[in-house]
Amino acid sequence: MADNSPSLLDRRRTIAGPGYNRWLVPPAALAIHLAIGQAYAFSVFKKPMGALISGNVDKPDALDWTPGQLAVIFSIAIVLLGLSAAVFGKWLERVGPRKAMMASALCFGGGFLIASLGVHLHNIWLVYFGYGFVGGCGLGIGYISPVSTLIKWFPDRPGVATGMAIMGFGGGAMIGSPLAVALMAHFKESAPMGVAPTFIVMGLVYLAFMMFGVFTIRVPAEGWKPAGYVPSTQSNALITTANVDADQAIKTPQFWLLWVMLCMNVTAGIGVLETASPLIQETFSDASMGPGRGVTAAVAAGFVGLLSLFNLLGRFFWSSASDKLGRKPTYLIYFGLGIALYALVPTLAARASLTLFVMVCCVILSMYGGGFATIPAYLRDLFGTMQVGAIHGRLLTAWSTAGVLGPLLVNYLHDSQKAKGLTGAAAYQTVFYTMASLLVIGLIANLLVTAVNERYHFKGTITAASAGH
Amino acid sequence: MNPQPTSSAPDTDTSSGGSVVLAWLFVGIPLAWGVSQTFIKALALFK
Repeated sequence: MADNSPSLLDRRRTIAGPGYNRWLVPPAALAIHLAIGQAYAFSVFKKPMGALISGNVDKPDALDWTPGQLAVIFSIAIVLLGLSAAVFGKWLERVGPRKAMMASALCFGGGFLIASLGVHLHNIWLVYFGYGFVGGCGLGIGYISPVSTLIKWFPDRPGVATGMAIMGFGGGAMIGSPLAVALMAHFKESAPMGVAPTFIVMGLVYLAFMMFGVFTIRVPAEGWKPAGYVPSTQSNALITTANVDADQAIKTPQFWLLWVMLCMNVTAGIGVLETASPLIQETFSDASMGPGRGVTAAVAAGFVGLLSLFNLLGRFFWSSASDKLGRKPTYLIYFGLGIALYALVPTLAARASLTLFVMVCCVILSMYGGGFATIPAYLRDLFGTMQVGAIHGRLLTAWSTAGVLGPLLVNYLHDSQKAKGLTGAAAYQTVFYTMASLLVIGLIANLLVTAVNERYHFKGTITAASAGH
Repeated sequence: MNPQPTSSAPDTDTSSGGSVVLAWLFVGIPLAWGVSQTFIKALALFK
């Protein structure tokens, strides 16, 4: 007799029953984002992976992988994040979040395992394929997989819901970095720099951790609404009750305006992240602060850690605030306040105002994180919930673009200033003024956002699969 | 807040407050550990 019952990963098996508590969905989403957020801690492997032959991070062998070769791994992963999110977004809407999360877990965990073989064989191409290509696909699919589900479970506060999940991506690096350091120290006697076994353990641990999300996630039943929830009857042109198909969404100017906004916000944030450690050390050195009072490498690492915390907190705080403030005003704050603060950084650095400098950078990083976390709710407002995950996936190509071009731009600007003989804070002035001007572009894009024209609205019957129910 | 009963309920799954707490602990503990590690590192800035 044929078994017609749906498989465990089938969308039909993920429709919530009457007793399901929607507050189980954010931890399911966090399990995915906390895992894949490890990608932003990949730099912790750079020095050990650059000394696999020599065994000495300070004296690499000629056969050791160079920093340039190793930087490509993260670049591939971040490009694949955007591409896979864009390509698999509609598939995700069709098959549901559980199957997508499973695919993400297999790719992300499997990517680590393939990369460990690459490290063991000292084959950089295998590492590119494993962590970069396969793992990057896991990043993209995983990043978008819980977003539309969360928005459907929390129609009353979509910013809070997506903020919680995307906060996890920021927190993932905080877990991944000390975990990798501890594992490499543990395995350093059994393998060169302990990298290959660390990859194996991390791959398996993340795979298991993500399984919690896979089997906890549920989609709401068709027509479900939170008890007592009454959709706002207040007229707001920027919050639609219609839906736009992902293929139509990319034909609208609104999609591309949001693309520009995300790209500018991320590029500017990368400007701070890339320069944070050298900037604070070079600007607040013994020469400017007095003997023994300058910022050391350890203190600079603390500064970078503090920025990470504000990046994480900003994701939740700003995204939640956007439910009250509205998405467009929230992005006006990101860009308007951002322009002022970016322009202020060189002045604070020149005046050696360390406390103010740190505070300003923290606020900037909170808005960098906020920009990531608020965008899904902005998309929902403009395009409806029907395919918001797929539309979000396509928008993430802006992140890939910024993730590759941002560091190139920042390093080029900084190097060109140094070549002119500028040192300390002066060498970073152009970087920050350029980042402020990028935010002006983002601000203009946000000001141009209007309601999506009705001709793009979905006119057909919304099926369970297309609606994600 | 629980969903209202609907006509289509393929799986009967109930979730108590306890399972919600456990789920949050499952993700909250590693997150808290990561945040605490970062916070300890950040303390160097204030010494």
